[in-house]
Amino acid sequence: MTEVEETLKRIQSHKGVIGTMVVNAEGIPIRTTLDNSTTVQYAGLLHQLTIKAKSTIRDIDPQNDLTFLRIRSKKHEIMVAPDKEYLLIVIQNPCE
Amino acid sequence: MAPKPPRKQSVGMGRGARKRDEDSGTEVGEGADEWTVSKAAVRPPDQLDLTDAELKEEFTRILTANNPHAPQNIVRYSFKEGTYKPIGFVNQLAVHFSQVGNLVPKDSDEGRRQHYRDELAAGSQESAKVVLSDAEIIEEDEEPKEAEVEAGSQSEIPVAEVAEKVTEEELVTPKQPKERKLTNQFNFSDRASQTLNHPLRGRECQMEPPPRTNFSATANQWEIYDAYVEELKKQEKTKEKEKTKTPVAKKTGKMALRKLTSMESQSDDITKVSQAAKIVERMVNQNTYDDVAQDFKYYEDAADEYRDQEGTLLPLWKFQNDKAKRLAVTALCDFMKQSRGMLLLYSLKNPSFPEYIFSSESGIMCLDIHVDHPYLVVVGHYDGNVAIYNLKKPQSQPSFRSSAKSGKHTDPVWQVKWQKDDMDHNLNFFSVSSDGRIVSWTLVKSELVHTDVIKLKVEGSTTEAPEGLQLHTVGCGTAFDFHKEIDYMFLVGTEEGKIYKCSKSYSSQFLDTYDAHNMAVDAVTWNRYHTKVFMSCSSDWTVKIWDHTIKTPMFIYDLNSAVGDVAWAPYSSTVFAAVTTDGKAHVFDLAINKYEAICNQPVVAKKKTKITHVEFNPIYPIIIVGDDRGHITCLKLSPNLRKMPKEKKGQEVQKGPAVEIAKLDKLLNLVREVKTKP
Repeated sequence: MTEVEETLKRIQSHKGVIGTMVVNAEGIPIRTTLDNSTTVQYAGLLHQLTIKAKSTIRDIDPQNDLTFLRIRSKKHEIMVAPDKEYLLIVIQNPCE
Repeated sequence: MAPKPPRKQSVGMGRGARKRDEDSGTEVGEGADEWTVSKAAVRPPDQLDLTDAELKEEFTRILTANNPHAPQNIVRYSFKEGTYKPIGFVNQLAVHFSQVGNLVPKDSDEGRRQHYRDELAAGSQESAKVVLSDAEIIEEDEEPKEAEVEAGSQSEIPVAEVAEKVTEEELVTPKQPKERKLTNQFNFSDRASQTLNHPLRGRECQMEPPPRTNFSATANQWEIYDAYVEELKKQEKTKEKEKTKTPVAKKTGKMALRKLTSMESQSDDITKVSQAAKIVERMVNQNTYDDVAQDFKYYEDAADEYRDQEGTLLPLWKFQNDKAKRLAVTALCDFMKQSRGMLLLYSLKNPSFPEYIFSSESGIMCLDIHVDHPYLVVVGHYDGNVAIYNLKKPQSQPSFRSSAKSGKHTDPVWQVKWQKDDMDHNLNFFSVSSDGRIVSWTLVKSELVHTDVIKLKVEGSTTEAPEGLQLHTVGCGTAFDFHKEIDYMFLVGTEEGKIYKCSKSYSSQFLDTYDAHNMAVDAVTWNRYHTKVFMSCSSDWTVKIWDHTIKTPMFIYDLNSAVGDVAWAPYSSTVFAAVTTDGKAHVFDLAINKYEAICNQPVVAKKKTKITHVEFNPIYPIIIVGDDRGHITCLKLSPNLRKMPKEKKGQEVQKGPAVEIAKLDKLLNLVREVKTKP
């Protein structure tokens, strides 16, 4: 098992973590711990949002870049870490 | 013209003869005479009379095609030769008469056609004439018939019938020929005709549609920027290539690299998200330990306001690792710990799992992180080896390691410390071991080169052996610390309880010796501000503060348990922390209370666990303590423990090292006065 997989496993084992997913550049989920439909929905929507956010940051200053995006909602916290080719999305319930 | 005269002559001759005939035969008919007269030639009056001989004479004349009037000596100027040249050929044609007419030959088509047309026109009139003439003829015939009627009147009836017929015919004939259409005098006919039109035929065929792709993109400011950056990089690369032209080897290397990368990208592995995974893990941790993080940053113990001088320690994170459980923490450095054969590097941002893990067969006793190169960690092993780990390299093996050949220690290494780079800019560090040696290690290229700096000997080590034998007992170094300003000076604590002040340049002698403790010295450390002051702790339950110019300690604190470690606070010259094996942490501030600790707090869950090490965070007001079970606890200092001198009205608070030195000096002076008085 690679180091990354271990890390992902650890993240998943954290309390309050509902799901993790890895999404590629096209918004297609590669790896997920959630069920299919939820994953597809999250992946599609968050992919768009991340691109938009990145574009915003880059437009303000081209030398800057988006490294992390967290969305706090009433129920969850969605964390998106964009990499060069992939997005890592983690959904956590921090109140648990 | 020329031959004519003889002919005329002959005619004249003939006429003369006829005349004679007239004369002779008048009975010939009148008509014959007329003919001869008409034939008689008229003789011009000036005609020559020639004799018969002359007449018979023959003149030969030849008719030629030459024109007698044609010029015979025409010359023309020749530009080619620049002279006039006679022209041999002369046109001999002479025209005597010419007239343009519109006669049409009878035999030609045109003539025949005209003739036919005329006949047609004439024919219609003639037929009428013919009828008329017929009627006349019949009328003429009637007279003889009437005569016959007189002879026999029976034949009268048919005649009447005939007459009737004739009148009938006369009634029919006055038909006039139709008015003829004028013929086309130019003789051409306009005739339209249409050829067959080919019917239109449609024919279609379909080819395979060319492949299409949809392409859409937006041109943002940053995309343009990226494109430029890429272009710049390319240009730089090409420049570099031009500079270093070793094409074949490089290319193949690059190709291999490219292949590698392509292979990597093919196997859709998520190893690429490692960076992202790390970030997310920290964030998840932050959420999980949100309260702790909040405390770390914002919590200030409100109770401190009511407590006069005492403070508390608030436990924050706990670091532990299943694998490293039950392994004693032997060293702490900023935010890392070690245990048996494991080097774990933690970040405060991720308390649940270490950032880096290195394991080794032998226990790690001590470590130090390089100041300028934080990725270089030097460790001392229990088996006497020293090794350097490079955090940038992913393997779990040390980058450099000493060996039995290269002068490793024979006893456990108790402390290691990075030094400033030497004159050749080689990395170097010192180590101390209980075998009594202090060794300087230099990293030359890829090798560790060692030099013994000093050998510790117990002062007056010649113990009185029964047989007068002199035994050199070796001092066991357990701790050392280098002077912050004076490069060559350092302190060594030993197992015997002595502290030596040594110099790098004198390997045989100590600069000074302090009889510090009754038991092994666990730590010695220079004050961060005051250059003369250092502190030592020992298993004999005491912590002592020294002025290195004075052989007796300035302060002595008894903590009622073996002291594992002491550390000066980075923010004040008078604050330090000590941990004891009974699981307590003690924080002192000499400026507030020079007799007692201002905080005295058990920080481990179980009584049995011994705290072995303590360290301040250089920036945040927190300390970390490590115990022998492999746990590390992070504690926040309450406001009282990091109290700065109170602000007085109208007076600015002075800060900086000078103030700190003065603060400690003031205290020390107090002590000195006390000492000197008695």
